[in-house]
Amino acid sequence: MDYEVIIGLEVHAQLLTESKIFCTCSTTFGASPNTHTCPVCLGMPGVLPVLNKKVVEFALKLALATNCKIASFSQFARKNYFYPDLPKGYQISQYELPIAEHGWIEIEVNGERKKIGITRIHMEEDAGKLVHDELKPVSYVDFNRTGVPLLEIVSEPDIRSSDEAVAYLKNLRDIVRYLGICDGNMEEGSFRCDANISLRPVGQAEFGTRTELKNMNSFRHVQRALDYEIKRQKSLLLEGKEIVQETRLWDESSGKTLGMRGKEEANDYRYFPDPDLVPIRVDSDWIQKVRETLPELPDEKRARFLSEYHLPAYDAEVLTTSKDLADYFEECVKVYPQPKKVSNWIMAELMRELNRDNRDITECPVSPKNLGILLSMIDDGTISGKIAKTVFAEMYKTGKDPKSIVEEKGLVQVTDRGEISKVIDEVLSENPNQVKEYKEGKTKLLGFFVGQVMKKTRGKANPKLVNEILREKLG
Amino acid sequence: MKITREEVEHVARLARLKFGEEEVEMFTKQLNEILLYMEKLNELDTSEVPPTFHAMEKENAFRSDEVGSSLELKKVLDNAPEDNGESFVVPKIF
Ligand SMILES: [Zn+2]
Repeated sequence: MDYEVIIGLEVHAQLLTESKIFCTCSTTFGASPNTHTCPVCLGMPGVLPVLNKKVVEFALKLALATNCKIASFSQFARKNYFYPDLPKGYQISQYELPIAEHGWIEIEVNGERKKIGITRIHMEEDAGKLVHDELKPVSYVDFNRTGVPLLEIVSEPDIRSSDEAVAYLKNLRDIVRYLGICDGNMEEGSFRCDANISLRPVGQAEFGTRTELKNMNSFRHVQRALDYEIKRQKSLLLEGKEIVQETRLWDESSGKTLGMRGKEEANDYRYFPDPDLVPIRVDSDWIQKVRETLPELPDEKRARFLSEYHLPAYDAEVLTTSKDLADYFEECVKVYPQPKKVSNWIMAELMRELNRDNRDITECPVSPKNLGILLSMIDDGTISGKIAKTVFAEMYKTGKDPKSIVEEKGLVQVTDRGEISKVIDEVLSENPNQVKEYKEGKTKLLGFFVGQVMKKTRGKANPKLVNEILREKLG
Repeated sequence: MKITREEVEHVARLARLKFGEEEVEMFTKQLNEILLYMEKLNELDTSEVPPTFHAMEKENAFRSDEVGSSLELKKVLDNAPEDNGESFVVPKIF
């Protein structure tokens, strides 16, 4: 029997605010335990949480960027459960009246575009962090993360494969990064994903029993966990067995999802409106103000890169994965208006260096202007394409501009016919046997002579002239 | 609506509370008395009144995104039943 895969994703995006959602504690990552806490985020009795306005603005930005309907009236609710990382015994979240609903984003898999619905976006606070002792039966609680603002983005069950799931996540991550509301780092947990997955026989209308997958800390984990779970559920169904509705953890080392025991009763959260927080009213003026601050979004930028720069789809895709990379490209094209050549250099030379050093484009020692100048120096004959790579390596190492490197190292291309002729004569007289063979018809030896000339000039001779003069002299 | 013994036991479990037989009996009775009193409010016709989410008629109480001072670590841990000088120490939970 053939099965259809049904996936819905829940993403938690940690917001890049300076202070927490309901108190003035800092959100800076990496402080020593419990030094960014106060009576509000520790859940002491008698305190009053007050909402950080920036959290609402960030939520509105994301809502607009994902085509959601923004609620004019929205409210916080208490989600009640007991766990040591939750000092109040409840998490302040949104339930009945989330800030935004009914949106969508578009994904592309194997050249096909598809809309994935977004059920809702809501604001909530993060929980603390537990560190388990290796020897003693105790855990250590750090409440620095408690109260850091999150947006939870819940998708419709519109996703039909692990490829689509990863495409959706990447697209959503690009969007939050472009908006500057979240750094989108899955490895560090500032962009987290849980997945609901079930299978149903093709043609059946109702959904099968689903499992919820957690603990996937990279796009690769998400892909592998979903693929494993699809296989696991399929073989159970084919054997006529039942799927147990449960939470399963992805275990990267064994490549399996493992059932979590003993949390069955935890799903009774008894939500109710939080009386500490007054409702949020969003009018059209506010929405309009936020709309005016929206940057060009990844999809729009990708489309513009195709039409304005006539780049291949792959180039447009790679260059727009981050706003900073796209900006770098456009800055460079301003100096050297040949988009495809710029794209080639960025995607090959530049990305190779950056990836090797694990550096972000914003930390690139070569400015886009200097890369543009370097490329024009090839075109105007100052240096050869080969020397350009040497100059580029030096630019990357020192951050210097290409002109001074070329001057300092004496790398200016030799275009003087007389000088090149002299070197060619030397090469020909040093290799009489090859000259003889060439004249007898072994013309592919031309490359050998070119190589020898280049070696003598340390790559500085203009290759076009070298070819031309060689042919004259040998012909 | 009537609250049953099972519901009291369920809510107690969620709150990590353990009650003896007599206590369960007592809370069931008390909770039902409270609900009975709420029933009285149900006698009013509120079909035309929109649900209230807050006691005050205020909306949009915000603060700006500015960092203030946090609590001194010593004070943070003052109320901890157990600590190791920087973190709260709790029984291990899986
Ligand atoms: Zn705080």
